[in-house]
Amino acid sequence: MSPTRLWAVTRKELIQLRRDTRSLVLAFLLPILLLVLFGYAISWDVDRIETAVLDRDHSARSRDLLSAFWSSGYFELVRRVDSYDAVDALLDRGAVRVVLVIPPDFAEDLDAGRSAEVQALVDGADANTATIALAYAGAIVGSYSRTVRLQGRQLAAPVEVQTRVWFNEDLLSRNMIVPGLVAVIMMIIAAMLTSLTIAREWERGTMEQLASTPVRRSEVVLGKLLPYVAIGLADIVIVSLVGVVLFGVPFRGSPVLLMSLSLAFIIGASGLGIFISAVARSQLLATQLAMVLTFLPAFLLSGFMFAIDVMPPVLRAFSYLIPARYFLVVTRGIFLKGVGIQVLWIQGLLMIGFAAAGVFAAIRVFRKTIQT
Amino acid sequence: MSPSIERVWGLVVKEFHQVFRDPRMAGLLFILPLVQLMVFGYAVSTDLWQTPTFVVDHDRTQASRELVEAFTSSGYFKVTGRSDRPADLVSALDRGRAVVGLEIPPDFSTRLREGSGAPVQLLLDGTNSNTASVARSYGERIIRAYGGTAATPALPDAVILKERAWYNPDLASRDYNVPAVVGSLILLVCLLLTSLAIVREREIGTLEQLRVSPLTPGELIIGKTLPFAAIGLVELSVVTTVAVLWFGVPFRGSLLDLLLASVLYLMSGLGLGLLISTISKTQQEAFMGSFLVFMPAILLSGFMFPVSSMPSSFQWLTLFDPVRHYIEIVRAIFLKGTGIGSLWPQFLWLTALGGGILSFAAWRFRKSSE
Repeated sequence: MSPTRLWAVTRKELIQLRRDTRSLVLAFLLPILLLVLFGYAISWDVDRIETAVLDRDHSARSRDLLSAFWSSGYFELVRRVDSYDAVDALLDRGAVRVVLVIPPDFAEDLDAGRSAEVQALVDGADANTATIALAYAGAIVGSYSRTVRLQGRQLAAPVEVQTRVWFNEDLLSRNMIVPGLVAVIMMIIAAMLTSLTIAREWERGTMEQLASTPVRRSEVVLGKLLPYVAIGLADIVIVSLVGVVLFGVPFRGSPVLLMSLSLAFIIGASGLGIFISAVARSQLLATQLAMVLTFLPAFLLSGFMFAIDVMPPVLRAFSYLIPARYFLVVTRGIFLKGVGIQVLWIQGLLMIGFAAAGVFAAIRVFRKTIQT
Repeated sequence: MSPSIERVWGLVVKEFHQVFRDPRMAGLLFILPLVQLMVFGYAVSTDLWQTPTFVVDHDRTQASRELVEAFTSSGYFKVTGRSDRPADLVSALDRGRAVVGLEIPPDFSTRLREGSGAPVQLLLDGTNSNTASVARSYGERIIRAYGGTAATPALPDAVILKERAWYNPDLASRDYNVPAVVGSLILLVCLLLTSLAIVREREIGTLEQLRVSPLTPGELIIGKTLPFAAIGLVELSVVTTVAVLWFGVPFRGSLLDLLLASVLYLMSGLGLGLLISTISKTQQEAFMGSFLVFMPAILLSGFMFPVSSMPSSFQWLTLFDPVRHYIEIVRAIFLKGTGIGSLWPQFLWLTALGGGILSFAAWRFRKSSE
């Protein structure tokens, strides 16, 4: 391999990128846009759930229980209703998500030492929010139930639960998303941008020109890879800085370790992109292949948003084939847990293996020869 | 010159040839919906199941074993490791081998008998905030319930919460997520295929040839977008069929309403694709541009993240996201069986957005081709 020829291919690719300034701008704009959306706009943090109340008891007891709901911050009183018919209409229109129904003899039952039943009707259409809302409601009712039982008896709770959350103390979904975003953005930038590069040469007919030069296959592949690796690394720095400085995501590990493992991951992802490009030979097909092979798995099956533990066994087995899954362990480990190479060495080896496999596959499948 | 059906048809046929010249393309257009359907049908769930749990039991008594048993028998937690040393728990959480840690103190059973409040530690790996918050509330509930039965077996709960979920009694996220996949698929197909198809002609130089042909700009737009609208409708039927027949998602509304909403929605998607094509010089640019539109449109639509959890300024912004209105319609038609009668605001938004975007894009396209 000759450095001069390698550099020539890289320079050509850089010139092409520079002419296509808009692609370049987009390559930096996209990560920032995603970061802002995930940082400011969207989250799974369920709070201020719109709640309606059908209180048929109107006692001090029922007001106590309800105020426990409002003071928790998870539920927000939107409407008081006085019949079941109104409940139907509210849920149908989606005006509220939860309706609490307190029976007429609530206080009486409690005072007599009997159990009282409270109903929580939830709009189950959005099952995720509904599950979390019901879990909160159960906790609130449970703790109210205990205070009622223990009143006047001064009995200590038989078991004290001391809950401590590590790594993401306030359970912010932002802290979960931003480190994962680093991995997903790498897949978009590295694999998807590069997936067009060789297909483009075929489509424009410049592959013939390239074929007539003395440049070798490996030189073409590596030369095309380098600019995108540089863009990817720059993106990682930007995303990490913005995440930490603007959104207060903790960074507890070593930046050097993050950068070196990222480098391996980007090389692997770009190699995969070039592989796709060489297989597809048309940019349209390349984009579709890149969607299916790189972006969707990284976005949906890597554990970025949806926990792998609860997936069915087949999908869980499949997720082991997704490099982003391992890279996600690296980014979350370094950002949130602050763990080092002694924990991440397996993932590190896998990243290096991915890089080698990506480049190897790209060189193997890429042909300079022109056939009809 | 009035639009000629013959000329438009010619262009449509050419377009289909171009897209499907590579047979792999047709396969991909089927794989794309299937991958998303599988993921949203099987993988997406924030409910807890067999969460890996590490137990450090310093007590080793009947009582502490019962507590651990209460954890595992719920099905929410699965013991993946045990040890006497808290350091092992730390390392299990560090390495991600466990998400939950349960530490039972040496005097657990003694203090339980004395009723002096036996402290139990529940440690959570908060890295995945969803799993952690659900695990926290389930775990605390199990421990408290155990404490209740162990110390004061005679005391029943004072207040019992009876839960009922409407529209989706089993709280299956699948019913909610699977139909909505169609919203993201149609948008993706429209944006990518439309913009790439046009920019490709520009890149190769064949757009010039089309321009000197007798096709009017209007016919060019119709002929270039119609094939992708058709592909979008095929994806709609694939998603609907798979959702109902394979995943057993209920379909309670009217097919006609769904079709009408989809056509209105296609106008927005095709308009955006056309718009991207007028701005982009290369296919790479069009690709990145499509993504720049696709990602926020999907993320702000309520497809994966509820709109009601967004800050109010962003909630207001989502009104201009056609995906949001379309997904609301699709979900309501599938799960609630509501019709255009109560969904008219969403239909109105879709019409306005689709009409607006498409005519702006067509105007820009005409201008750029002059």
